[in-house]
Amino acid sequence: MEESLKKQLAIAATRIRMSVINGTYHAKSGHPGGSLSVADLMAYLYFAEMRVDPQNPRWQGRDRLVLSKGHTAPALYGALALKGFFPVEEIDSLRHTGAMLQGHPDMKGTPGVDMSTGSLGQGVSAAVGMALAGKLDNASYRVYTVLGDGEIEEGQVWEAAMFAAHKKLDNLCLIVDNNNLQIDGTLEEVNSPYPIPEKFAAFGFKVIEIDGSDFDQMETAFRAAREEKGRPTAIVMTTVKGKGVSFMENMANWHGAAPNKEQTEQALAELEAALKQLKSN
Amino acid sequence: MADVLKKATRDAYGEGLVALGAELDNLVVLDADLAAATKTGMFKKAYPDRFFDCGIAEQNMMGIAAGLATAGKIPVAASFAMFATGRAYEQVRNTIGYPHLNVKIGATHAGISVGEDGATHQCCEDIALMRTIPGMTILNPADYVEAGQALRAAVAMNGPVYMRFGRLAIPVIFDDSYRFEIGRGVQLTEGSDVAIVATGLLVGEALIAAEQLKNEGISARVINISTIKPLDKAIIAKAAAETGVIVTAEEHSVIGGLGSAVAEAVCETTPVPVVRVGVNDEFGKSGPAVELLQVFGLCAANIAAKAKEAVKLKK
Repeated sequence: MEESLKKQLAIAATRIRMSVINGTYHAKSGHPGGSLSVADLMAYLYFAEMRVDPQNPRWQGRDRLVLSKGHTAPALYGALALKGFFPVEEIDSLRHTGAMLQGHPDMKGTPGVDMSTGSLGQGVSAAVGMALAGKLDNASYRVYTVLGDGEIEEGQVWEAAMFAAHKKLDNLCLIVDNNNLQIDGTLEEVNSPYPIPEKFAAFGFKVIEIDGSDFDQMETAFRAAREEKGRPTAIVMTTVKGKGVSFMENMANWHGAAPNKEQTEQALAELEAALKQLKSN
Repeated sequence: MADVLKKATRDAYGEGLVALGAELDNLVVLDADLAAATKTGMFKKAYPDRFFDCGIAEQNMMGIAAGLATAGKIPVAASFAMFATGRAYEQVRNTIGYPHLNVKIGATHAGISVGEDGATHQCCEDIALMRTIPGMTILNPADYVEAGQALRAAVAMNGPVYMRFGRLAIPVIFDDSYRFEIGRGVQLTEGSDVAIVATGLLVGEALIAAEQLKNEGISARVINISTIKPLDKAIIAKAAAETGVIVTAEEHSVIGGLGSAVAEAVCETTPVPVVRVGVNDEFGKSGPAVELLQVFGLCAANIAAKAKEAVKLKK
């Protein structure tokens, strides 16, 4: 990947992380851990991969993203605001009464949100339906759906995977955010879905394993997914829950807790420092 | 009675889908391995490219329907009432209802009249479940003629619709001059002593009950409520005011269905006694459908008996 693009993506990802911290702090609730683990992915999808038009969010020909792990909406909102779908100021009213930004994505109220999600396991089916519609219409758009690793404990995910492969939906790209933590602990402790790549392969997917913080690997993986014919792709990315904020990394308790004032200041200071370093490079 | 034409509402569903398929390129039909029973197999035969068998995976089917709707398709998702509304309740609520997507759910084999398959398949709570979803339109046609018109109206409107069809062949009570309209109740007989507000296959039974009551000197007004939601509150309030007592009749639990909806409306507008005929907080059981309808009191004789009791409740 060109260094200039990589730098741009790293800056976007850092801004998305700051948005996650700001949003959950002002909301006094929300899910920072899993939002931070997909921040790099959101930056890549919205600034290097997907064809979308912030001026025309419902453009029929757009690529679609279904955030099946809807609780990590703060990362999606950060990316959408940065992309220009709505003013960045909206982030500070996340989850507030009467605010546009709901606790989980609301396609009716928020420009750029392609599907209302939040109940785990359901978004992926809607993404499959969108991909099926694309095939029916011979449309060129692609459909991306992001699932948590804990989310794939939901049986519906495998119903959707079975159908997507059966219908040869090569316009569908499913991404698993494998940060290895769910609310009650590690995946192994709670109810292991491992081995994840083998399971999607057995269901008929092309499977690519990447480091979810490596933009070069993302570029290779998403290109391979675009070029794959006759079957959907699952990109299983290893990530760190809470990535980018030192005291949140790899801590399950940051799944669904908001930072207080001091924690917010520390997190933002770390991210500001990271941003400054990125810009100076 | 031998010459009464009997047809199942699910037949109108299957035939109607085929007709609409010719008119609407964006109509697509989904099923969950029940295409022969739900009658969507007719559409599959006519338009194989627009028919998707999702296999035995109703939850996924509802999500796929939602995704198709976002891309401008008009998906009709079919299964038995039990699985469409029970198994996939939360998918219907969160992925179809919350974003108010243009998905039509056409469920067959609703109620006790499923028959021999018994309790696991006799869904008497589908209307109750669907009523709780904001913005969901609920249609329960009374016969073959109304079922075809209800399907057409559902597809023509924008937004989620739950349509309830039956397995059993039941009398055709309307002719081609009948006009179904979403949200409009229809008064079928004049009456001043009691109003029988019925839905689905009990509309035909209510008409028979009204004849029996007439012979006993009781004037019963029969109203067909084929749109459970949004409910035609005006026709019910008028009936309450003019007759002073209401009997509801439905092939559904007395909890949460038409009886509940009518009682709620009457309490808020024109309080009068409401007596509910339906399935009384119990599971179904196996048996021939026509026998079960008698056993569970979902028949003209019981409606007439309840109407007579109801009249005595009037002040």
